Amino acid sequence: MWVYTDKVKELFDNPKNVGEVEDADGVGEVGSLSCGDALKLTFKLDEKGRISEAKFQTFGCASAIASSSALTEMIIGKTLEEAETITNQDIVEYLGGLPDKKMHCSVMGQEALRAAVANYRGEKLPKEDSDIVCECFGVTEKEIEDAILDNSLTTLEQVTDYTKAGGGCGSCHERIEGILQQIMGQAEAEVGPEKPAKVRLSNIQKMKLIEETLEREIQPTLAKDGGSIELVDIIGDRVLVSLRGACATCVASDITLKHYVESKLRELVTDNLVVEEVAQ
Amino acid sequence: MKTIYVDNNATTRVAPEVVEEMSPYFSELYGNPSSMHFFGGQVNTRVEEARERVAGLIGARPQEIIFTSCGTESDNTAIMSALESNPGKRHVVTTRVEHPAVKNLVGHLKREGYRVTELPVDRDGLLSMDEVSRIITDDTAIVSVMWANNETGVLFPVEEIANVAKSRGVIFHTDAVQAVGKIPINLAESQIDMLSLSGHKLHAPKGIGVIYVRRGTRFSPYIIGGHQEEGRRGGTENVPYIIGIGKACELAANHLEDMNVRVRGLRDKLENGLLEKIPNSIVNGDRDQRLPNTSSISFEYVEGESILLKLSDQGICASSGSACTSGSLEPSHVLRAMGVPFTAAHGSIRFSLSSYNTEEEIDFILKVMPPIIEELRAISPFWDGSVARSSTAS
Repeated sequence: MWVYTDKVKELFDNPKNVGEVEDADGVGEVGSLSCGDALKLTFKLDEKGRISEAKFQTFGCASAIASSSALTEMIIGKTLEEAETITNQDIVEYLGGLPDKKMHCSVMGQEALRAAVANYRGEKLPKEDSDIVCECFGVTEKEIEDAILDNSLTTLEQVTDYTKAGGGCGSCHERIEGILQQIMGQAEAEVGPEKPAKVRLSNIQKMKLIEETLEREIQPTLAKDGGSIELVDIIGDRVLVSLRGACATCVASDITLKHYVESKLRELVTDNLVVEEVAQ
Repeated sequence: MKTIYVDNNATTRVAPEVVEEMSPYFSELYGNPSSMHFFGGQVNTRVEEARERVAGLIGARPQEIIFTSCGTESDNTAIMSALESNPGKRHVVTTRVEHPAVKNLVGHLKREGYRVTELPVDRDGLLSMDEVSRIITDDTAIVSVMWANNETGVLFPVEEIANVAKSRGVIFHTDAVQAVGKIPINLAESQIDMLSLSGHKLHAPKGIGVIYVRRGTRFSPYIIGGHQEEGRRGGTENVPYIIGIGKACELAANHLEDMNVRVRGLRDKLENGLLEKIPNSIVNGDRDQRLPNTSSISFEYVEGESILLKLSDQGICASSGSACTSGSLEPSHVLRAMGVPFTAAHGSIRFSLSSYNTEEEIDFILKVMPPIIEELRAISPFWDGSVARSSTAS
């Protein structure tokens, strides 16, 4: 069973602004019956250009209905320019959170808003000129890019949670990975050039560096949990260590070792290191 | 709020008689059935009695009953055993509508290099027998076809399929998890080689299953360990649960008539009532070749999860084949294999009854369901302007 917030439950049970605005100024329709959810948003502007009335009709699950209701409440009283700044994250916040697998419901809200505003202005949506990536759910490249950028997505699974893309037959997974890599590559480039490649270390240098890293970086962290780590030997790229104190009896000891010590050593010394625990 | 539980294909209430019979085996009767002393021996006697009770329900011999941990283990055991006993054969035949216990296992086998044929079903969820005999080849190691579908309740002619498989020298297994306890089964008069069943679908607790292996069938254990179950399934016997499933099978045999007369009547009343009261509602699956307790109904233009939550608010527990309820984005593979249109698949609700359900409960569901659908359709963008709308405007 999904765990929904009280706000989601409340808006599902008593949705606000259900229906269709008569003589609407803007109409946005997204989703379809085959996709399993769809939203039709209609709004009317007053003489000052503010949204005076907004209504929705939604086919979908509780979170889709609640997201739609939230969207209408959020945009009423705003100018189009103000409304346009609303993101799916704002909808999620308004609802007090959504399960990961339901994020696409909030994205659907944002898309319906964009579609309705574009409809009012007589513009074409940028996504309409974009290639369809996911055939199963009809998701375009532009929609995927927007979701990645707006929500700082990093994995294929997240892209599916937010846009549904890739949730069907799976044949577009490679393309989505490609889009992710491209965007993340750009993001890194903006931050600055990649860190210089690690210099090649001699065996002695490597051992010294491993010792230093264990002592300065890893030991203090483990000590916080009442444990300690001792270097037993270094054979090639194998780092043999023994754990003492709380670490040795801790059920998470394997995880501590593998994920923490190893990644730290790889980050600060060299990429090939493998950490192994040995009995003393 | 009273709980109305009509989700018995998901799991069932543990019968009070079952709980009562299990309880001494959690406390004073803790002996290991394998022990040489009287204390273990008395437990062993009761384990064997449970085996007889299970065998009795399905027309098997006690020696043909192996206790497992669940239906999934039984399914895995059957298919892996057939492959191991026929090392040269690389072809597996099953259907498109199997439970994940079989569906995902054969998916895994496909990746391992086995050839898998998943037989299609028609719009009513039925299999074509011609297709079955056409598809079996000399390379086929096993045919595994479920007896009753968990979502629609549709029954497959597994006894006929078993005959075809037998005539071609191929092992036949059936996942009968949904069928056992709901329809009469007599394995003595069939050619079925292996059958899986699960305790928690017939009022025993979760955590106990059975695989039936016909005498003379080549068998290879899935869990290798001690000599338990004649070396066919290692691991110390789960004694209290074995006692429990034994009692549950005995009760099920006594309740078969109630299930096929009274419960069937309640199911039909519910189904016909909903079809009559709610426009654009469609039954999924053949209405004759079907379990007596199951009804899968699609309510067009509304989404299943929303219906379930509204029902849940009234204390009614049911299931849906909608995408949203499963966490996947696509509706049930069963409904898709049947070609149920998306307009209907997303709004499918499964009611599955048991002997514990009463007529008052059915009447209550019939009372609250129409306004729930109406309320959700009023929100739906697809309902407005549909042909059906004018006919329900009154």
